Amino acid sequence: MKICCCSPFLEVAHRRREWQFSSMGSAEKETFESQMAALCARRFDAPLAHLKRLSGGASQESWTFICDGEAYVLRRNPRGLRASENALPKASEAAIIGAAAKAGIAVPQVSFVCDDEDGIGEAYVMAFIDGETIARKILRDAEFDTVRPKLATQCGEMLAGLHAIKIEGLPDLAYSDAAGELEKYAGYLQSSGHPHPVFELAIKWLRDNLPETRPPALVHGDFRNGNIMVSPEGGLVALLDWELAHFGDPMEDLGWPCVPSWRFGQHHLPVGGFGARADMYAAYRAAGGEIDEKATRFWEILGTLKWGIMCGVLMVSAFESGADPSVERGSIGRRASETEIDLLRMLIGED
Amino acid sequence: MQDRPSAEKLLAAARAFLNETAMPQLSGQAAFHARVAGNVLDILARELALAPGFNKAEQARLESLLGEDGDLATLNRKLCEKIATGEMDLSNDVLKNHLIRVTMGKIAIDQPRYQGYKTAQANGWPEEELGD
Repeated sequence: MKICCCSPFLEVAHRRREWQFSSMGSAEKETFESQMAALCARRFDAPLAHLKRLSGGASQESWTFICDGEAYVLRRNPRGLRASENALPKASEAAIIGAAAKAGIAVPQVSFVCDDEDGIGEAYVMAFIDGETIARKILRDAEFDTVRPKLATQCGEMLAGLHAIKIEGLPDLAYSDAAGELEKYAGYLQSSGHPHPVFELAIKWLRDNLPETRPPALVHGDFRNGNIMVSPEGGLVALLDWELAHFGDPMEDLGWPCVPSWRFGQHHLPVGGFGARADMYAAYRAAGGEIDEKATRFWEILGTLKWGIMCGVLMVSAFESGADPSVERGSIGRRASETEIDLLRMLIGED
Repeated sequence: MQDRPSAEKLLAAARAFLNETAMPQLSGQAAFHARVAGNVLDILARELALAPGFNKAEQARLESLLGEDGDLATLNRKLCEKIATGEMDLSNDVLKNHLIRVTMGKIAIDQPRYQGYKTAQANGWPEEELGD
């Protein structure tokens, strides 16, 4: 896709919720911009234009820029620092995206992984894809009315393709299974010392209903509304945000998009607020995938619990310890009660 | 006895300043954080109004459910133990009613516009009570 400064791409980019250099001081902005100009000179032999930070991603920075008529996205760890313990190294993330592309999964094409000489820390550059990732816009804006009813089916097809990828030959990712993931989060809750009876109820149910072990698959790990890119013409056009990819139970990727927190006000449509489980499952099966519905239920409930413990324990601890004293971080702590009401409804059998 | 103006009125004034004066002058991330700060003031206003009564109702139910006295944190830890060991579960209607009311109370303070709360209300779930 060739881009010039008067192209529709820029208008689309301006409509997005974005802020330029939002959290950087002015000296830092200048340094980063000159580093990016040097990167463009070295990698593309062309000047840098329209460097902008995309919104979202407290754990990841995404920047768009134009160079030699093409639009790109730079993904890097915040300010080039080391990734959090769960996130993949950027080189592995880029390699997994490459493997997914080879298997026919719609992903942005990775241009290159940044090295020491680029001087901007762990990062990679990929082609810009035009589309919407903001969940509420996908669910509400009229331009998506036509494609919205197809999204759950497209998700099922995409996940079946992803889970069919042979894991031999892929970068060595971490393995995590249902019991390990459950006990990790139960441990976070235990160590916080703050009592959450509804979380305890969910943990007990999950321990009593562990799914059977399946051969490990490549699991995206964050497949949900917010991490998929949707266009008004094609519907689901790309799967983004691969930093939590791992080997594990493929049913995890079918449960996570149905967690009520990712329905953004459209509670009656379990898949991302846009579709029915039956549509996603039917497409997954039609594309050759096998579904264990007891396991997807387990992962929906575990996913809701995980988000609840992230809010009510991990965010609270980051806030109270002073690691991130922002009002945003603190207020996310109070979103734990949203997951408690969802968990109760699920455990009573109402969702 | 604390003097006037009341906490409620001071909070409302801070909220009005954010909405009417600060927000229109902000953009980008600062505007976003101001909106979050406004939501936090709303949580505090609801907590001031509702939490004292909610906590009394929760305390009374926990004492009767567990058959012992104690502060809210201690009683809730005891309840967590009984749930973790399987001694109490949702087949116990008293426990189920207690958890529904407590959770409805928390969400009524934290985020009353949350869709999951509205769904629960539509399903006939009872609100938390104001104990005395």
